[in-house]
Amino acid sequence: MSHDTHTAHDAHAEEHHHHEETFISKYVFSMDHKMIGKQFLFTGILMGVIGMVLSMIFRVQLGWPEANMSFLKPVLGGWINDTGKLDPSFYMGMVTIHGTIMVFFVLTAGLSGTFSNLLIPLQCGARDMASPFVNMLSYWFFFMSSVVMMISLFLSTGPAAPGWTIYPPLSALPKAMPGSGLGMTLWLVSMILFIGSALMGGMNYIVTVLNMRTKGMSMTRLPLTIWSFFLTAVLGLLSFPVLLGGCLLLLFDRSFGTMFYLSDIPAELTGGIERLGGSPILFQHLFWFLGHPEVYIILLPALGLTSEIIATNSRKPIFGYRAMIMSLLGIAFLSFIVWGHHMFVTGMNPFLGSVFVLATLIIAVPSAIKVFNYLATLWRGNIRLTPAMCFAIGLVSFFISGGLTGLYLGNAALDINLHDTYFVVAHFHIVMGTAAIFGMLAGIYHWFPKMYRKRMNDKLGYLHFWLTILAAYGVFFPMHFMGLAGVPRRYYAFNLLEEFDVWTDLNVFISVAAIIGGFAQLIFLYNFFSSVLKGRPTEQNPWGSTTLEWTAPIKHIHGNWEGDIPTVYRWPYDYSVPGAEHDFIPQNVPHEGDLIEPNDHQSYRSPGGGGGHTDTHEVHFSVPNFFKKLFGLKPATA
Amino acid sequence: MSDTAVFNAKSPWSGGKSPFAVSPGKLMMWVFLLSDAFTFSSLLTAYGCQRFLASSDTAPMKWPDPSVVFNHFPFLHEHLPLLFVSLMTFILIYSSVTMVLAVEAGHRMDKKSVLYYMFLTILGGIAFLSCQAWEWTMFIGGTHEGGIINGVQVFGANLNVNQYGPAAFADLFFIVTGFHGFHVLSGVVLNIIIYVNVAAGTYERRGHYEMIEKVGLYWHFVDLVWVFVFTFFYLI
Repeated sequence: MSHDTHTAHDAHAEEHHHHEETFISKYVFSMDHKMIGKQFLFTGILMGVIGMVLSMIFRVQLGWPEANMSFLKPVLGGWINDTGKLDPSFYMGMVTIHGTIMVFFVLTAGLSGTFSNLLIPLQCGARDMASPFVNMLSYWFFFMSSVVMMISLFLSTGPAAPGWTIYPPLSALPKAMPGSGLGMTLWLVSMILFIGSALMGGMNYIVTVLNMRTKGMSMTRLPLTIWSFFLTAVLGLLSFPVLLGGCLLLLFDRSFGTMFYLSDIPAELTGGIERLGGSPILFQHLFWFLGHPEVYIILLPALGLTSEIIATNSRKPIFGYRAMIMSLLGIAFLSFIVWGHHMFVTGMNPFLGSVFVLATLIIAVPSAIKVFNYLATLWRGNIRLTPAMCFAIGLVSFFISGGLTGLYLGNAALDINLHDTYFVVAHFHIVMGTAAIFGMLAGIYHWFPKMYRKRMNDKLGYLHFWLTILAAYGVFFPMHFMGLAGVPRRYYAFNLLEEFDVWTDLNVFISVAAIIGGFAQLIFLYNFFSSVLKGRPTEQNPWGSTTLEWTAPIKHIHGNWEGDIPTVYRWPYDYSVPGAEHDFIPQNVPHEGDLIEPNDHQSYRSPGGGGGHTDTHEVHFSVPNFFKKLFGLKPATA
Repeated sequence: MSDTAVFNAKSPWSGGKSPFAVSPGKLMMWVFLLSDAFTFSSLLTAYGCQRFLASSDTAPMKWPDPSVVFNHFPFLHEHLPLLFVSLMTFILIYSSVTMVLAVEAGHRMDKKSVLYYMFLTILGGIAFLSCQAWEWTMFIGGTHEGGIINGVQVFGANLNVNQYGPAAFADLFFIVTGFHGFHVLSGVVLNIIIYVNVAAGTYERRGHYEMIEKVGLYWHFVDLVWVFVFTFFYLI
């Protein structure tokens, strides 16, 4: 078939379809990866705001434990008692939900979901994900999971309260405390839905990166963003199923009277028979086998986005491209063999502990490679301090200061003292919380023109950056000293014991910083939404980037590129090439002397005997069509 | 329409040579199976943990001997240790063989043979599930003698207590074989959908029978998992 008739024919088919595109198929059950990315972003931002509001409420409680909090009664209702005090069990619930929302809903789905969906097909040069339908399901599982988690906030017994790590027996005995009741069950249901979403998304990302790259896009020509999304998806794919197993067993322990995690629990607590023979430590192993890779599921996409932004805005190739890939691979591998460092105080054999210490400390090597490569990329670069670049450099700063405290905590001898203190809180908030949020914000500022065809306001961006970084350090830096002095985390109020009185002023300072940081995000929200509505229009390649997503038209079209998809001739970091006309050369520009061939649409054949993947590439979704297709009843489209 | 794309909507791959000479759908099935393997691994890890706890000196109860627990056979009133579960295993492995034959017939574009072997595979799956139902019934019902657990006479098994030994024995049996059975059930449903599609001629029109290969991969995986479940629960 000749190329011309082919495309004309398809254009006709597309136009025919276009009339059927409704609000539902375009904005709700969309199968376009760009729209799904935006859906993830919106839900992630919404969940992020909720998580942040919760943290501000409990920071008020920690800073001014004596204060009358009746002014929150309109929001919290019965959780503020008649004397104006916050209910302690709701405090535990807020801490738990804050952790869960931030770790899973914002920094896993919100970060990876948004940018993997937006960038993998665009930067690999694919029309869409390998399976747009599974991609859509992934979002809607995430959505259902968010809804279930939010419903648990409105229960009369409150949301789940055993901390985001939901250790049994608190989480396994529905009568243990108010937050162990229905809220905990909904937490597990929500998490099982979330795991479904993460697995479907991850499968898609992996297959798209492996199998859908455009011509010339070898693995070592992939932008580092794609490498990091790919490895993130691998980590999620191999670790989330283990949490699924763990959650299933926990659900059985709670609801059906099994005893996988329960031992020596008297009958009156279970309302039935005595529980014997289980092991609560088993849950911790299953949980942290996810939990530790999860840290890197959060961090790697942020590092990938940062690599791209720093190289683009330094107008220099990323320093040590292959070393960056190797360090990503190293981090990804090591993250699977270090989960025990969360469990040094469980009575683990000290020799086993020392193995985990060794593996943990080795992670410092690839992490340091990444940090030094960022610094070397910045070194003598022609740096443009866009808001995105500010946030990317902020990430590097947090990655250093949080990573260094990781060396303390990775060491069992120190960790046994520091376990469950504010030192741990400070460490993980800096290294994975704030650092990853900074990566996500950097990504939003940088790819906003790609997502919304508009520019964000730079002045507000700088204001947002400076307030946020100062507030973040103001909140988390002092916590190190509290932790070193032994102040434990998850305490409801620090005015109950005399020993904590010395920390009153510092707690007030932290709370003030947290509230400033919270309000600083309003600037971002205003900037984001007002720019979506009436930002100034962008040109096609506003940052002078080399990667493929900027070669796509500004207007979003299904299929990403009109005509042929671009062919890749060079690596993604050709910035400031001596002798070149511009200070960047896009990946689809051939070298002199490259043989340029037109793309061959017919070159792909499945081993099954033909390019027959229409089943995964239907553009429009409707329930009747889905079932017709399922049973092969739908007439083959012309 | 201004935002309609002009491209070949038929094939998602319009780049260069397909890197792995495998279609995205088939690769995705492999990737899914990899993650599913980790789900089963987590459950089998839980099994290993409980089993070791039960074998410590301080454990309140010893782990029962599976060849004593599973010694029933339909219509035969003798003790035939593990004979029935061996039959189940044989049926499942046999259904994998018919699945291979269906895939092979698909390569030859032989619709009639595909239908025949897919039918046998579905039959094997249903037979396995039926056997499992019988096995569970016997396990839940228990023996006439029952057992003394913590000084109480117990008959049969439930999630709280069982006549055979520690509660974890029955708990794990139910959850692991149940989870596997759920996979077999899903496989049977998938196979039926594919069977209807084959009968409707969908794949003949499409020009290849790759969907059979994809469900085949899933079916073999479920079979492979059963080998592990069988080994851990019945043999060791």
